[in-house]
This record gives sequence, structure tokens and C-alpha cells, in this order.
Amino acid sequence: MLIRALQDAGVTCIFGYPGGAALHIYDAIFRQQKVEHILVRHEQAATHMADAYARSTGKPGVVLVTSGPGATNAITGIATAYMDSVPIVVISGQVPSGVIGTDAFQETDMVGISRPVVKHSFLIRDCREIPDVISKAFHIATTGRPGPVVVDVPKDITDPDVTAPYSYSKKVSMRSYNPAVRGNGRQIRKAVVALLDARRPIIYAGGGVVIGNAAEQLTRFAKALGAPVTNTLMGLGGFPGDDRQFVGMLGMHGTYEANMAMHHADVILAVGARFDDRVTNNPAKFCPNATVIHIDVDPASISKIIKADIPIVGQAASVMTDMSKALEVELQKRDAPDPAVLKQWWQQIHAWREAHGLDHDLKPVLDKQILPQLVVQTLFRVTGGDAFVTSDVGQHQMFAAQYYRFAKPRRWINSGGLGTMGFGLPAAMGVQFAHPDAVVACVTGEGSFMMNMQELSTCLQYALPIKIVCLNNQALGMVKQWQDMQYGGRHSQSTYSDSLPDFKTLVEAFGHVGFKVTEGADLEPVMREAFGPKFKNKLVFIDVWVDPDEHVYPMSIRGGSLRDMYLNKITTNQQGDYM
Amino acid sequence: MRHIIAVLLENEAGALSRVVGLFAQRNYNIESLTVAPTEDETLSRLTITTEGDDRKVEQIMKHLYKLIEVVKVIDLSETDHVERELMMVKIRAEGAVREEIKRTADIFRGQIIDVSATAYTVQLSGPSGKLDSFLRAIDNATVLEVVRSGVSGIARGEKVLSG
Repeated sequence: MLIRALQDAGVTCIFGYPGGAALHIYDAIFRQQKVEHILVRHEQAATHMADAYARSTGKPGVVLVTSGPGATNAITGIATAYMDSVPIVVISGQVPSGVIGTDAFQETDMVGISRPVVKHSFLIRDCREIPDVISKAFHIATTGRPGPVVVDVPKDITDPDVTAPYSYSKKVSMRSYNPAVRGNGRQIRKAVVALLDARRPIIYAGGGVVIGNAAEQLTRFAKALGAPVTNTLMGLGGFPGDDRQFVGMLGMHGTYEANMAMHHADVILAVGARFDDRVTNNPAKFCPNATVIHIDVDPASISKIIKADIPIVGQAASVMTDMSKALEVELQKRDAPDPAVLKQWWQQIHAWREAHGLDHDLKPVLDKQILPQLVVQTLFRVTGGDAFVTSDVGQHQMFAAQYYRFAKPRRWINSGGLGTMGFGLPAAMGVQFAHPDAVVACVTGEGSFMMNMQELSTCLQYALPIKIVCLNNQALGMVKQWQDMQYGGRHSQSTYSDSLPDFKTLVEAFGHVGFKVTEGADLEPVMREAFGPKFKNKLVFIDVWVDPDEHVYPMSIRGGSLRDMYLNKITTNQQGDYM
Repeated sequence: MRHIIAVLLENEAGALSRVVGLFAQRNYNIESLTVAPTEDETLSRLTITTEGDDRKVEQIMKHLYKLIEVVKVIDLSETDHVERELMMVKIRAEGAVREEIKRTADIFRGQIIDVSATAYTVQLSGPSGKLDSFLRAIDNATVLEVVRSGVSGIARGEKVLSG
């Protein structure tokens, strides 16, 4: 009955791992064809796969695990999806209803343990509830601000000997759950007027634009307005990364021009962004002169960190469509804003970019260690900027975000909110399952990779042709960078260079193809070979040994405003006001 | 500032733990919490008293609304309202103090609901401040035990909180 409900919910693929409490469900999977089950090697990886499946398609990802350790192993992945608002439904087996609460074998209170990291959860108490609960679970996961939903299913509920009438309805109505769709018309007009009156406007777009399918609507509005656009880490691809109006990512490792433009802006249009601490730096010093317009589907995100002057609750796509209409109407009523004003603003932004913008044209230097930035740039070139790129967490993640210019939404898949190391490989797998013919690259570090490398076995089982680019700096790079900058260079527990495996042989042992690159000149040829026709159907791992002492810059100065940044190992930017 | 937040909640297993968990998770303080079913048996009503500035309380209300099982939320302190709390106090009542406790209870419109040779149990209801004053007024007696129900509140006039 559970599997039938999943079929009726439109599920075609679930990621899971069997165990005692889930065996009735697994037997039902065996006896049908519509839902394909992907057997992982660890439940955490299953949740990341479902998560990335959802991020790359917009459809909810589904996970099936057993009770106890199966459920607890899934928690990290659920928390990852929760922090980044990703719709997944996690079905966990539970011990039979009669023994719940007796510390039975493989019993854990899944609803309790997952409570702070789910959008909602259900414990099914009667098999007659199954269709209704599954229907509600998918409705809740995918509407409003999306998020993970857990459905805990005691074993007796799925007993095939117990039957009940079944009827599945996709229509769900709940008196306590009615997420907003359209924004308030008056607020939208007010926002448009503020933006037209602005001298230094900027659009700050976050993950809500990507996950809310609003990239097209946002781009249209931004083009009509002519203002600069910056993306959060989660928002990359929500506005074309190769567009003239794009000033790069903002925040802790944002571009100089994006952070300077934010700091000096007089009107900020925040769309589907949540003023995360990695964006704002010190909220008390955040953008002191700005009127803040904040569009978000979740009212609790508005004025949580930074007070919004013009709050608009609604779905990004709907609100941005209405904003474009309001802009047209407003422009008919009044003279267009003086082009000279925006021009002056753009001149300033170009000057900032000239001064300290990222260098996207690095070249390999003979007898020098490979710069990690160069690796990402090479990947960008080799894949024509059109790959799905997943990443783990750390320096390599920031380099990927800074240097791979994403032209389309849902192409950049990373754990932004929770910052989960070990996300990259299973995420790449989830993307590849959803897009079998697409080029999927995983930019990782050797530290993150080792947190979920058991999934190389799953990759072989399902013949996933993922390309893994490992920026191997023989250390936990971001930890080491902080220790360099804030702890007098004392590398406490962040290095292990004498005990690393030989990744080339490691992946070969798993039945895949491995390369090791230490010379800059070899980088592009090896990458072209890996992404070429020869290995079209093979997983390839490229172990690139990069300069272990490289830091990610710019980096915001703790406690400062957005314009306070370290620009490299010697220069900081703490300067007077530009007005 | 002290706020009294009234919440209508689906009367379902686990719903209360989500409310309590929210307060713990987001570092909000619960001063008192009362909960019981309403005239509609599918709904429970909670009254939560908490401390915080307006911005914090606004966040609390928004996060409460985000819980799927929460149907309605209102900050009663923002409107004209009545609040009541029930208290039962067991007091050592011997000798001269015995008479004085009776008198004080009368003044506060309390009732003695249990009597033994050495102790009275006084029942008192009213706003929390009144209950505090009673405890101060009898402070020369020996208080053996205090049970307070926590605050319940309701808006004045026609205004109702309904699902």
C-alpha cells in the first residue's frame, strides 16, 4: 500500500537501504516495476542523492531507510536538505507499534530525533492512513518554502496480511497550512518605486530564486531595471553568471565588487535570500544606507536578521512577474530614471572590479604548484560552462563558486546552509540518476571525499559516469586557512599528508578510472581526456595536487561590514566611504 | 516585555513537542505554558508567556505559524484581554497565624479548599501579579508547597480565536 501510494505520488526513483523494520516495504518494491530503487552503501548518501535529485530537477527526492541506525544515519542528509530548503520525503521503517517505547532492537524515536531538522513529520498509526499521509507529505515538502518531510512507518503498518480500503487523492487541503503565493500588490508597487528612485540599486538573489523556479522572471526584471545583480552561494545560476549585469557572489568569500556594491547601495532588492551570517558579516554594520526590500515565501525569514523596509511575502516567481508588470506600469506614468545616474553607479562598480576583481584567466606556471583556482577555470573551459557541478565543503567549494560561472539555475549543487562535508559525491550521483545523459562533475577535496567514498561502489553498480575533480591540498584546507589567519598558523588536527591513500589506485580498486596530476601543464589535457568520448561511460577521478598554502580570497573581516575584506595574504580593505 | 501568546493547535500526538521544541531550538524562553483541548475536540489551545522585545516576539509568532499543526497564533498582550492563573498553596496553619491566613485569603478572594489540624490549602485565581501579592502578604507564614497552573488568557469583547 505504501509503494502504491508512492507510485500515485508520481515517484519513479527512491534511494535507500534495507533493514528489518523496512522488509515488508522492500518486498513490495521487489514485486513491482514502476518505482526503481537505488541501493546505496550508507543512508547519509541516500539522503544526499535524493536531495541533489530534487535540487537538479525540482521534483521531490525520496529516501527509504530502516529503523534505528538507518534512521539516524539519514539525519545529516535531512538536516542538509532542511537548511537549503530542498523537498525530500524520507520514509523510515520503525519497530512494530506494539513495542514502540520498549527500547526494542533497532528502535529510535525518529520523529523526535528529526524534529528540529524537518519541515514536518508523521508517524503512521494505522495502515488506513497511508495514502493520506503520503499525499500530505509530498504536498508539504514541495509547497511554500520546501523542505524535508519524514514519514515513520512501524513494521506492522506495512504487514501484507493486513489490508484496508485504498484511495489516493493528490488534492490536499489542510486548515493549518496555506502557504502564500502572490505578493501584496501595494508593497510590490512601493518596491518598484523605491528601485526607480534609487541611485545605487542592487539585486541580491538567493537560493529561493533557484528552488522557486524564478530565474527567468528575476532575469527579466533585472534586465528591465538595469541594476547590478549579485547571487548568494545558493543562488548561483539564478541569474546568468556570464551576464554583464552580474557582479559575482557576495558574502564571506564574495567578489570585491559585489560586496562593495552591496555596502554602498541605497536600495537592496533581496529575493529568496535570508541574510545569512556568511552574507551579512556583522548585521549591525550591514549596508548602512540601504532601504531593504525583501521578497520571501517564508514570512519568518523576513526581518529575522536585517529589518526589511518593504517586506513582500510570496513565491519568488509570482512576485517577480508582478514586479515586472508594476515596473512597466510605473515607467508609463513617469519619466524613466536618469540613465546618467545608473551609469555613474556602473562606472564605480567597474572601477571596483578593475581594482580587485577575480582573475578568470589564470595560466599554469612552470615549476610552480597548481593553483586550485586554475583547476576550476580549466573545468569551466573543458565543460563549456554547461556541466552540473556538485561540491563538498571547504576551500574547493568556494573556488568552484567563485570561478565556475553558472549560466543556468539548478546546475550548481552544494550544501550551503549546513555545510556538509561528504555531500559532493552522492549529490553528483543523485544528479546523474536524474539526468543520465548530462555531464556531471563533482569538485571535491580529499578530506570531504573520504567522508562518503564508499559510494564509489554504488557508482559501479549503476554505471554512473561521474567526473570527480579532487583539489588535493593534503589538508583540511579551510580549517587550515582559518588557523593561518586567526590562530597564529597552528595547524591543530588539520593535516594528514603522511597518511593519505593513493586515490588513483583507490578508485581503480573500485573499478573506475583514476588520474593523478601534479604539473600544471598536464591539467587541461588530462581533464579533456577524462571528459572526452573515451571515458563517456566511466567514472573518472582526477586527483589534482594543488598548492597547499593557497587561501580563499576575498575573505570578510570578522565583525566588520561587507566592505571589510582581506584581499590576499597582505592586503586588507578597510577604507573610507564612497559616496 | 512579557507577552502572552495564544495558540490554536491541531490536537494530534506530537504537536505539543514541536511547539516546545521550537522554543528550545531557537533559544526562546517559556515562562509558563498551559494546554488543554477546546470546545472543538480536534483543536488544543495553548497559552504561552514569554519575555522578549517586539522583534523577538514577532519572530516567535512567525515561527509558530510555520509549524504545520499550528492553526492560529495571537499575541494577547497586543490586545485588550483578560488573563487568569490558578494557584494552590499549602501553608502551615498553627496558632495565631491560622486566623491570619484565613483573613488574608478572604481579602484576596481565595478559598480554603483543604483543612487539616496543622495546614490550610488555599486556592486563588487571578492575574499572576495578584498571586504573587498573596504570597508576599503571607510571608510570615510557612509556605509548604505552591502549585501554579500558568497563565491562560482570552481577548475581551467579541474577538475570538478560532480555527
